[in-house]
Amino acid sequence: MAIVKLTRPKLSVGEKIYFGALLKGFFLTMKHAVASLRNKSRGAKDMASSGLGVTMQYPEQRWDDHMPEHYRGAPTLVTDEQGRERCVSCQLCEFICPPKAIKIIPGEIPSDDPWAKVEKRPKEFDIDMIRCIYCGMCEEVCPEQAIYLRKDYLISGLTRAEMVHDKKKLYEIGGVRVGLVNKWNEIK
Amino acid sequence: MDFALILTILIKIITLTFVVVLPLVPVSVYFERRFSAIIQDRVGPNRVGIPLTLFGGKKDFSFFGLVQPVADGIKLFLKEDFTPAHVRKAFYWMAPALTVAPALITLCVIPFGSDIQLPGMDPVKLVIADINVGPLFIFAVASLSVYGITLAGWSSNSKFPFIGGVRSTAQMISYEIALGLSIIPVLLYFGELNLSKIVQYQAEHGWLLLPLWGHGEGALSLTSKLLFWIPAFISFLIFTISIFAETNRMPFDLPECETELVGGYHTEYSSMKFAMFFMGEYAAMVVGSALIVTLFFGGWSVGFGADAAIAGFAIGGFKIGGLVHLGVFLAKVIAFILFFILVRWTVPRFRYDQLMKLGWVIFFEAALINVFLAALVIASGSGKFTPLILGIGGVLLVITTAAIIYVAKVSEPKVKALA
Amino acid sequence: MSDTTTAPAEIKLPKDLAAEKGMVNVQIDGVWHQFPRGTRMIEACRSVQVEVPHYCYHPKLSVPGNCRMCLVQMGMPPRPAPGQEPQRDEKGYENIGWMPRPVIACANTVSENMGIRTKGELVEKCREGVMEFLLINHPLDCPICDQAGECRLQEFSVGFGKGTSRFVDLKVKKPKNVDIGPRIRLDDERCIMCSRCIRFMDEVAGDPVLGFTQRGTHTTLTVHPGRILDSNYSLNTADICPVGALTSNDFRFQMRVWFLKETKSIDVNCGTGTNITIWTRGNQIHRITPRQNDAVNSCWMPDSHRLNFHYIDSEARLTEPLQRDANGQYQPISWAQANQSIAAGLKHFSASQIAIIGSGRMTNEELFLTKQLADQLGDTWLSIVPRTGEADHLLVAADRNPNTTGAQLIWQSADPAGSLNAIRDGIRNGNIKALISLGEDLISDAGFTADDLAKLDFHVHSHILANPTANAAAIVLPGAAFAEKRGSMVNLSGRLQRLNAACIAPGQAHDDWEILRDLLNKVSSDPQQMPNIENVFKKLSESVSEFENLTLSRITDQGVVITETNHVIPLLENERARKAAGVING
Repeated sequence: MAIVKLTRPKLSVGEKIYFGALLKGFFLTMKHAVASLRNKSRGAKDMASSGLGVTMQYPEQRWDDHMPEHYRGAPTLVTDEQGRERCVSCQLCEFICPPKAIKIIPGEIPSDDPWAKVEKRPKEFDIDMIRCIYCGMCEEVCPEQAIYLRKDYLISGLTRAEMVHDKKKLYEIGGVRVGLVNKWNEIK
Repeated sequence: MDFALILTILIKIITLTFVVVLPLVPVSVYFERRFSAIIQDRVGPNRVGIPLTLFGGKKDFSFFGLVQPVADGIKLFLKEDFTPAHVRKAFYWMAPALTVAPALITLCVIPFGSDIQLPGMDPVKLVIADINVGPLFIFAVASLSVYGITLAGWSSNSKFPFIGGVRSTAQMISYEIALGLSIIPVLLYFGELNLSKIVQYQAEHGWLLLPLWGHGEGALSLTSKLLFWIPAFISFLIFTISIFAETNRMPFDLPECETELVGGYHTEYSSMKFAMFFMGEYAAMVVGSALIVTLFFGGWSVGFGADAAIAGFAIGGFKIGGLVHLGVFLAKVIAFILFFILVRWTVPRFRYDQLMKLGWVIFFEAALINVFLAALVIASGSGKFTPLILGIGGVLLVITTAAIIYVAKVSEPKVKALA
Repeated sequence: MSDTTTAPAEIKLPKDLAAEKGMVNVQIDGVWHQFPRGTRMIEACRSVQVEVPHYCYHPKLSVPGNCRMCLVQMGMPPRPAPGQEPQRDEKGYENIGWMPRPVIACANTVSENMGIRTKGELVEKCREGVMEFLLINHPLDCPICDQAGECRLQEFSVGFGKGTSRFVDLKVKKPKNVDIGPRIRLDDERCIMCSRCIRFMDEVAGDPVLGFTQRGTHTTLTVHPGRILDSNYSLNTADICPVGALTSNDFRFQMRVWFLKETKSIDVNCGTGTNITIWTRGNQIHRITPRQNDAVNSCWMPDSHRLNFHYIDSEARLTEPLQRDANGQYQPISWAQANQSIAAGLKHFSASQIAIIGSGRMTNEELFLTKQLADQLGDTWLSIVPRTGEADHLLVAADRNPNTTGAQLIWQSADPAGSLNAIRDGIRNGNIKALISLGEDLISDAGFTADDLAKLDFHVHSHILANPTANAAAIVLPGAAFAEKRGSMVNLSGRLQRLNAACIAPGQAHDDWEILRDLLNKVSSDPQQMPNIENVFKKLSESVSEFENLTLSRITDQGVVITETNHVIPLLENERARKAAGVING
């Protein structure tokens, strides 16, 4: 390891006494305090400040329209134009999920179902939102374009059980997504 | 002792301690949080209020978040009071109490206001114990609070608290010297150890740091007073900074320095026991502020000779001037608390060696020299000494000062650059 | 070269050196090796860790050479003109003349001075082309296909394929999700016509029911008219199917294979001791597949054995020790209490009044501890329960106890089940008053009746499931299933093999050897420290000569023969005959 020689800065008497720096500090902090109170903090406008400092008052004020296109909120399952649940329970998302938030129990589609040729669909599909880290790996790995991260970020619940999104809830948040590749829908 | 007197004392204790000062603790916590937030361009706690929506109201009544300290208190009360298995139980339980109690005990000699008088009764002094050794009593009791922290650190039987406790002991003992020495000029000036009388004197003859009225009449002349302002200010600086160190506040909060010691001496504490330490710290801050105000800023006095009139203010036979003075006193104390907070959020933490050096090498010597300086000023104002003697005294003082500075300078270890 | 005085005429050429041993010299990817004559090129490459991708070739099956995936470049020395000496390099090998076209490595055998290239532009282009053809009509089923994750088509597509498809027409439609047998599901679209399953059913299972119909891209795998694929070996076709065309109904959509943990163990359903791999996720077994052991089961196993594991997750599993109270209700107790009660209960009886019925399904260690327990209690009755069935002339043995040989060796009795009838009679006529039955349901498997067991004064029963015998016992101890224990067994041909724990027993259930050890230490005047099963095996190896110098870890995954028996596994005989005839090579 290289040795770095540090020379201590030569302090003048005024600096050694320290009170000058103290006063400067008081002046700075007070300047900030006054600016906060007058809603003149730097960046207050851009950050949609509530009037004190630069902070936005969250539940009342929201920034949903500032959310970028690539925002990663709650993972959801989607259906397509034909109302088919796109997930075929290949369990790749379960495999890739870094915090192991996803649990799938696969099931067979009964032969009288119009989509019987797809053969497989999730019997149960749970995402534990306490575990989910919103990394979007599941969306990226999905070979069927069935799982998407939506912009919902307000995931809250009073119990742990409530924080586990089951299949019904996931489709409810996910809704219908159009314009996806429809490999199962070709004429047969 | 008659029953009325005991009753009066009891009422004074309960009112002044539990109604006036103790609420100041949560209030100063609230101020701390709001003020620091504003300094940092934030909002701070502004939500906790009366949750009207819970009872069907349209909107919560937040009241600037002033209920936050209550919520904090409830939270601390309801938290699990966890005692780790590895601690020395008795001392571990004793330590929090030992930090809070001294801070509250010192309150008994602080004069909160001038007298109040109910019709047909003797005037009541707004001080719990009007004893003649006020500052000494405060130092004696306040220095006990180091036991709380030391015991907490030791009994926790864990590394970080122990280091915190050791640091605290060293720090408090070191700064007590500067603290004690720094007020000797003040006591020389007043010639008095009774805090009520000190305040009374300041009310009549000008505050120590604002000596602008009540000259002559058995007191020093304006010139002497202004001349004394210099040692008084040095005293004030040393005293205030030492109080910071005594209360373990930033920039001297090395005993609980988060970056090095997790939580310092209270790492192993939770729930109300932790809250007691917290309370102790803030109570010490309140007491410190009160002491500074009392000694240097005229205590409860309004100043400019208006105090006699206010003290005499009465409705019917009820002389309530004392209450006005109480208000003035509290306002001054709160102003000082705000100053404490401002310092905390401005000045970065000292390194431990810097802290010790500041205490032993600078403040101790400065306070010592300041004692002689003050004595010289007072002697010159009294007119009892010839200018020759005063001159010799001045020269001696200069020589001593120079010698002390030189010794401090040469005793400083030379930092060798790494080869 | 050494500078000895050896005359040049005495230097033997590599081909002569090899020929002395019946070998030939073959250069594989630039390195010379020696192989026995008649070795197939693909086996030669495999034996030197050069992987040649293939679909249709299987070492235990005949070679049709129809997938074309194993194409390699071959070279031979050019034939010299008459009277001319062949050109040799400094080591004596002849120069190789490489052929411009590839050959399939599975159907060709090695010969002297042959060269094989498994890399290079020619081979890689060939493989890429073969992959493209195979994938033309292959559906995009991977997300729903059970084979995904262990699919050769996926693997080779990644390894040797193009990565993109140039095919724009509609894919050929074939039957999907066809029910061709009780345990096997067929998806013809996924089939790549390797014919492994057809050959297996014909050559190994001896039940030729599968075949191809149609031609060209329309070739379809199907069962013979009027037949179904119901052989007891049908699930092996799913194992050898390189794609997801044949899948197991039992494992269908249960779990993706990449979640599964593989544990090497052995089958306990008959005396053959088929080597198996147990596939678990968490604590649940999802499937069992055969594991290759050419001295026991080759690559195969019967369906009946393979599917016999679902009882492990059954609702009827015992999870805590139970004791019958005065009202006849079973109350959960702790192991310490259970052992205390058993030791106290047994004190009331003399040795001749006590019988211990063990099981041929116990591991050697458990049998050893059972014997120790019996010795400790005095001269008690001791027996296992015989279990026989019909042998199927392939792998299933008539003796359905997996460890009869072990019991013979450890209990040192030619017929460890010999005294079972005497015990039964003893209980009936009241001579035997206390019974310890370990791992056997006496009522359904050993000819006991509930009335017999009711005559007992004290009955301790250990099993993994709640059963009628447990219902008659005073104390019931929960044991561990075969997939939950480590231990060893000796199969009918005298091969000592090892079980490994794939999952852990539920609840408070203990491994059987721990139950026996604790019981033994409770009744013994000289308790012994045996914290691990290895300690038990050590004691066993010290006291039984066949096990001498062995430890559990010295029994490799393939097992070791410790005693000679005359048992013959018919399937291996068939295999040997086909190998001798040159049909197979592996």
